[in-house]
Amino acid sequence: MALPWLSRSLSGLLLETASLNCQRNFSVSAVAAAIQKMTRVRVVDNSSLGNTPYHRPPRVIHVYTKNGVGKVGDRVLLAIKGQKKKALIVGHKMPGERMAPRFDSNNVVLIEDNGNPTGTRIKVPVPTHLRKLEGDYSKVLAIAGSFV
Amino acid sequence: MAACTKRLDRFIISLRLLRNLQLQNERFLSTSQCLRAAGNDSESPKFVPPSKPVIVDKTQTVASLRKFLSPEFIPPRQRTDPLKFSIERKDMIRRRKVLNIPEFYVGSILAVTMADPNASGKTNSFVGICIQRGGKGLGATFVLRNIINNQGVEICYELYSPRIQKIEVLKLEKRLDDNLMYLRDALPEYSTVDPEMKPVPFSPTGEVPVNKIKVRMRPKPWSKRWERPKFNIQGIRFDLSLTPEQMEHAQKWAQPWLEYDMLKEYDTSKLEEQIIKEVQQEMSK
Repeated sequence: MALPWLSRSLSGLLLETASLNCQRNFSVSAVAAAIQKMTRVRVVDNSSLGNTPYHRPPRVIHVYTKNGVGKVGDRVLLAIKGQKKKALIVGHKMPGERMAPRFDSNNVVLIEDNGNPTGTRIKVPVPTHLRKLEGDYSKVLAIAGSFV
Repeated sequence: MAACTKRLDRFIISLRLLRNLQLQNERFLSTSQCLRAAGNDSESPKFVPPSKPVIVDKTQTVASLRKFLSPEFIPPRQRTDPLKFSIERKDMIRRRKVLNIPEFYVGSILAVTMADPNASGKTNSFVGICIQRGGKGLGATFVLRNIINNQGVEICYELYSPRIQKIEVLKLEKRLDDNLMYLRDALPEYSTVDPEMKPVPFSPTGEVPVNKIKVRMRPKPWSKRWERPKFNIQGIRFDLSLTPEQMEHAQKWAQPWLEYDMLKEYDTSKLEEQIIKEVQQEMSK
């Protein structure tokens, strides 16, 4: 009922402001994301860097995607034990595709710059659609124990 | 021995005498009476076909004699044409004729195999406890939860997806709630299901067993405030995690007028009967 009135007023406002600057009249917040900057993650391989206790949990400081959102198969930069290390996301808490698994923790595998894993074994189950990344992360898939 | 043979001889002689007597009597009786007498015997001249052998096909499961209608058949209360729902039901039945979707409830343990191009052997199987059934029509889903290698995994399967190859109910049971999302905040022992579990036999008749287990929770904070009355959860042991003051404080969010709200009423009993009949007719074709 009030909607046509509202839209008319909004269009009026837009017409006024369009001439001055192309400014948005509404605020935009970050999209609900799986893994983004400052998320605490769980390292699931058996590398020493991932498993030695530290007084701060490992956090993501950069996500290597176009938007800042990391899903399974994306590379991220972690801050662990005061050092920077790249990692590969192998599972997140956010529900994704219908038939894909959703994990209870944000899982991550430490990786070198060339894509080789730092650890030698992954005990935790890993989603099967990671196999699509056969070329880059074939060594990570090779050390994976079980697939879900 | 000799005594037995003597008795036998006497028995045979008496039988012969009786038979002779019977024959003589028959000669004097009329033919119609003879026929009637003959008809009373088991070996009558009129051909009686042998009784049909009852074939019990034990390879196929017996259709459930419980009247069960899968919840995704019941259309939601909307302003859409019922034709849309009837066409969707036809498609659902077509799929059900190809793949057997068994009766299951939230709280049952299922094993699902689905086609997966990325998995070895092209198939991927998962065993878990059903924590939620959502969606209506062809988009109906159910979520299975299990804990593998101390990692909780949940998969949301679409019931009518062509990727699903087999759905098997390992244990049929109900729980006190029809949404077990609180298992994410419960101790891991309540969500662990053995992947090599053998199917527990259940009877197709009678009531579905209700598991009245009350689950212990991890310390707060939880993902949702399960103690609040809007979730109406019966299956958690709140006395171990919350004080009575906290329970009372949660009751502040109660909406006691909701059960008397007439606009929210949706009586599906008649609709259900109609749909059950329709579905049974279509399935038997």
